[in-house]
Amino acid sequence: MRLHIKNVSHSYDQVEALRDIDFGIEPGEVVALIGPSGCGKSTLLSIIGGLLKPTGGEVLMCDQAKPEGCLNPLTYVFQDFALLPWRTVAGNISLVLEDHALSKSERDDRIAEVLAQTNLSDFADAYPKQLSGGMKQRVGIARALAVRPAVLLMDEPLSALDAQTRILLLDEFSDMFARTGMTAVYVTHNLNEAVRLAHKVVALRRRPGTIKEIHDIDVPIKDRVEGMPELIAHEQALWALIRDEAIAADKELEHVA
Amino acid sequence: MSRDVEQGAPASLVRFRATGFNPKSNPVAAWASFVVVIALWQLGSSTGFISELAMPSPVAVAKALWQLIVSGDLWLHLGASLQRLVGGWIMGTVAGLVVGFLVGMFTWARSPGVALVSALFPIPKIALLPLFIIWFGIGEPSKFATIAFGVFFPTVINTFGGVDNVQRNLIRMGQSFDLPMTSVVRKIILPGALPTILSGFRISSSIAIILLIAAEMIGAQYGIGALILAAGNLYQTDQLIAGVVVLSLMGLCVSWLLGRLDRWLLGWR
Repeated sequence: MRLHIKNVSHSYDQVEALRDIDFGIEPGEVVALIGPSGCGKSTLLSIIGGLLKPTGGEVLMCDQAKPEGCLNPLTYVFQDFALLPWRTVAGNISLVLEDHALSKSERDDRIAEVLAQTNLSDFADAYPKQLSGGMKQRVGIARALAVRPAVLLMDEPLSALDAQTRILLLDEFSDMFARTGMTAVYVTHNLNEAVRLAHKVVALRRRPGTIKEIHDIDVPIKDRVEGMPELIAHEQALWALIRDEAIAADKELEHVA
Repeated sequence: MSRDVEQGAPASLVRFRATGFNPKSNPVAAWASFVVVIALWQLGSSTGFISELAMPSPVAVAKALWQLIVSGDLWLHLGASLQRLVGGWIMGTVAGLVVGFLVGMFTWARSPGVALVSALFPIPKIALLPLFIIWFGIGEPSKFATIAFGVFFPTVINTFGGVDNVQRNLIRMGQSFDLPMTSVVRKIILPGALPTILSGFRISSSIAIILLIAAEMIGAQYGIGALILAAGNLYQTDQLIAGVVVLSLMGLCVSWLLGRLDRWLLGWR
């Protein structure tokens, strides 16, 4: 097991966001976290990567399962890209390599390699403001890949993009997972993304966030195509699972300012 | 039914309504305004409408300025002033940046820093010059101290405001890649705060010029402020206005330099 989320609970002041979350992530597995807004899925992702201290429980990482040349085992891809506007595409990737003991040529090699993997080679010297949303997220992916992560933590990576770009990037993610066998935790509220990319879908219930069901999808990722009957069946099963929660979330008044 | 419009039913033209509120720049008009004002001024002086004693003509001011240049007095005054301006500004800015970063980043510095700055910022710094003269003597150090003190506070306020405004998600991104603290400060917080810091430089440099002149008027042998004061005492209004023109040019130079600095450091915007 690469990651073990062990009895994790978290509260913000009075509000209990997560209660007793317990599951494991195997090497090479893509786990999607789904649930209505307010179910604590982003909170859970922050806890998994060590950006938030849970009020209870812990996350354990298996050290042996690190890929070669791994500089940052748990690496995030952010919804809002989090690119430095004053650095070029190559500079943004360089940022996460500069503090490691890599020679200039090793660093340049890694940058060139991940730019090629994400089809960004022609944009190395462009600034983020010149790029479309989809390109910015490709830079986010390239930056994450540059540190050769053990687990990719993706926080709604397609939510800030328009519908067409989302379709394109979803295909690219699917290719990437199929090709590299990357381990990943993928937070989304979009069930279509979940059934296209995940081996295992963890559906959360809200207030407090607990695991409602862990849903396995056994079609190999490389065989999955848009509109495949099996995937549609899975998507409908997931929707049936969280529909009531989503309705409740929709009707709720905001308590926390 | 709405098709009737196309088929010859009475129709009225839709009027364009979004006019105005969109001023555009015109460099020719900018220069022309100078020419017109100076020409009118000269006309008023030549016809005797403006008394030569109250307000010398542009030609007389130009002559006085030329006199100052050829006699070498101008360079003496300007040199003394620039030295004080640059020295005092740099001292105040460096101290302000350090304190601003501390206040912006650390809880322990936050509340004490903000409280002290808020209490001391509103004091007109020139009021402290007599105290600085007692501490440092009538010479240069008291003038440096006045300027530095005046520059310090707006720099602190702008710096910590700039640090506050750096997007939290960028800092969290840096931490998520395990960037060391020094790298987060140098590569994320500093460049992120730079636009606000640089706009603070515009405020602090104009404060520095005001304090420079005030300090020089209180006690200095050389300096543009001293020159203006001495000319006023002797009713040499042409020399007085010449000094004011030099100040205006100095202000323009400073703002031009800061503009260059902006373009050099903030090219990414």
